[in-house]
Amino acid sequence: MDFSFNEVQMMLTDSVEKFISNDYDFESRQKYAASELGYNAEVWRTFAELGWTAVPFSEADGGFDGGPVEMMVMLQQFGRGLIVEPYLANVILAGGILRRAASEPQKLKLLQPLIAGELQAALAYVEPQSRYDLANVETTAEADGDAWLINGHKGFVLNGGHAGLLIVPARTSGESVSPDGITLFAVGGMADGVSRKSYPTVDGQQAAEIKLNNVRVEKNAVLGDVDNGFATLAAVIDEATLAVCAEAVGIMQILTDKTVEYTKNRVQFGVPIGSFQALQHRMVDMLTACEQSYSLLIWASMANADGTDEAKKSISALKYQIGTAGKKVGQEAVQLHGGMGVSWDVDIAHYFKRLTAIGQMFGTADWHLDKLAV
Amino acid sequence: MHITFSDEELAFRDEVRSFFREELPEDIVEKQQQGVHLGREDQVRFQKAIFDRGWAGYNWPVEYGGTGWTAVQKYIFATEMADANAPVIIPFGLGMVGPVIYTFGNQAQKKRFLPDILESNVWWCQGYSEPGSGSDLASLKTRAELAGDHYIVNGTKTWTTLGQHADWIFCLVRTSTDVARRQEGISFLLIDMKTPGVTVTPIITIEGDHEINEVHFKDVAVPIENLVGEEGKGWTYGKVLLQHERAGTAGVAGTNYRLKKLRAQAARSVRGATPLVNDRNFMRRLAATEIELKALEFTELRTLAAVASGKAPGPESSILKLKGTELQQAVDELYVEAAGYYALPYVPDQYVLDFPIEDRVGEGAETKTSLRYFNFRKASIYGGSNEIQKNIVAKHVLGL
Repeated sequence: MDFSFNEVQMMLTDSVEKFISNDYDFESRQKYAASELGYNAEVWRTFAELGWTAVPFSEADGGFDGGPVEMMVMLQQFGRGLIVEPYLANVILAGGILRRAASEPQKLKLLQPLIAGELQAALAYVEPQSRYDLANVETTAEADGDAWLINGHKGFVLNGGHAGLLIVPARTSGESVSPDGITLFAVGGMADGVSRKSYPTVDGQQAAEIKLNNVRVEKNAVLGDVDNGFATLAAVIDEATLAVCAEAVGIMQILTDKTVEYTKNRVQFGVPIGSFQALQHRMVDMLTACEQSYSLLIWASMANADGTDEAKKSISALKYQIGTAGKKVGQEAVQLHGGMGVSWDVDIAHYFKRLTAIGQMFGTADWHLDKLAV
Repeated sequence: MHITFSDEELAFRDEVRSFFREELPEDIVEKQQQGVHLGREDQVRFQKAIFDRGWAGYNWPVEYGGTGWTAVQKYIFATEMADANAPVIIPFGLGMVGPVIYTFGNQAQKKRFLPDILESNVWWCQGYSEPGSGSDLASLKTRAELAGDHYIVNGTKTWTTLGQHADWIFCLVRTSTDVARRQEGISFLLIDMKTPGVTVTPIITIEGDHEINEVHFKDVAVPIENLVGEEGKGWTYGKVLLQHERAGTAGVAGTNYRLKKLRAQAARSVRGATPLVNDRNFMRRLAATEIELKALEFTELRTLAAVASGKAPGPESSILKLKGTELQQAVDELYVEAAGYYALPYVPDQYVLDFPIEDRVGEGAETKTSLRYFNFRKASIYGGSNEIQKNIVAKHVLGL
């Protein structure tokens, strides 16, 4: 067992940290989030130039062979910086599928431009009725000669409004909630029959409702094997769950730091409010929640990096912790900031909203607790 | 003791019910159903409809044009209003400054201000908090200096809810600094927002709405007849008002309505998903919240009964505020959880009349659940933060 970071991991942390402190202040973030695109294309290019978009991919694919620990250190920093650029959607979700399931020609056509920052991609893993069940897929793909015809409604597709590549899980056989019979398709964002309704999300990201109406794709659009896409999809969502938890830990830590700082400076009744024992104890609880969350994050990241028996379980444990402790820390940070905490112009509000969104994604605390309560 | 309503109370309930279900302006009902935000004009029309029915002074004594209702009648009124999904009565006039004026104001002030408050002809807002004075309200610095027959007011008030709509503001101002206790030397002043030197700047809240403001006073001349009660005694009046505010922010009837609605929603499929009633975790938390709310409902009834027998709401109103806001927030969390991913799209523009329902993202007003959750974090902050409420209970109820 070794808790120290290697050189690459420390370098990654430094490089993201430096970028955020030099080039990504809260005002810039707000400006990017409010723009038409919802992020800054220049910043995205920088991510690619710095090699961040290549981290989780194999050297053969032009990446750095980064695993859960590398993702953890980066995403924690992204959390602190409240980054709105679509790293999760492109690199972790869509990239995760391509890395596992794409053939060499598909990788050349789709993964290379994604890593280069030239192709925006999205994974449409949610349907309106599916809640958190990845096997609940009602979108269908029917064979039509050598091609496939896809029909259905995908909901809350992160980065889906801008993406040139949509990865669409569709049912090619089996019942509507069966893990068997799901196939992953690469669909062009502008393909005939694709209609998209884009919207910003409460946490400054971008998503879309996507309707597929007789969308025709060739057989080389199938990523991996027909009917056998579920395992790939589930593995990618596990990885994404770990990633957002790392981001959440970064947010919880910065919220705790900022709250402590605020209460040292905010004077009421002639003294800093941080001198009140009632508030001190609550900030100790916040810190404890952060430490416990970080501990589970490390455990889960290492368990998944090393592929131990507890890898899968650790993800649900971590997401449960983030769901409960993240809510607590977010609410307390807002409360201790008083009216400032519910003001749009103060970053606390936006960290809190991002934490809330993470709590709603990939299964709530209860949903993950159920997986362990067996 | 009886849990059931008397025949008179039942008849009263039916009367209130039919009013709220059948006699409100149709477009306002429609907006409420569709989750469309009500503007100033809608709000005023709604409150005038209540006035026309003779119920605007639901909380006022008869001699000032109020209903003089019993505690049970007030309870029935609030419950029926919430259950009909009617708008909320904006409290600043009818719930706050009105009672202060009829309790502490002089005859001229009562005659001048009360009728317009009852009739919702004048929109009031509240000038209490300042940038440097939140929980520590007594540290407020807005100065009012007497010059002849006017006070000259200078300072800044903040978190002023709906101040952008207001005609008048009631303020706590400092008229003297030469005092033994900071709570002395504070006066209760009524200020016409049209007076030169008053400016309002918006503060956008966490969910993106313009609901609150900063109000700045630069050499604002306020006639001395706008002073309520005695100079330097404003803290006492303000405290009474805060106790009314706290008793009013419990929002039991509204929370009850939202819980009932959520239970009904859980029984059916939303967006084709499995009904939440099958989710034991969710339903257990819903039930636990219902139990807590039932307890608070009876705590509120007990308080109302005490008020009806002539007592002003005391420090116990802090308990109502504390628990009431906690439960509002707990229900908000349940709604967000029920919406799953569909709590997250930020699409406030789809909640306007004439927006095709089928083009909405999410079913019903799902995407508003998170906005309400974010916005209502304010509930444990405003009206004296919940930490301050605990201090009040510790000091004045427990004697610690």
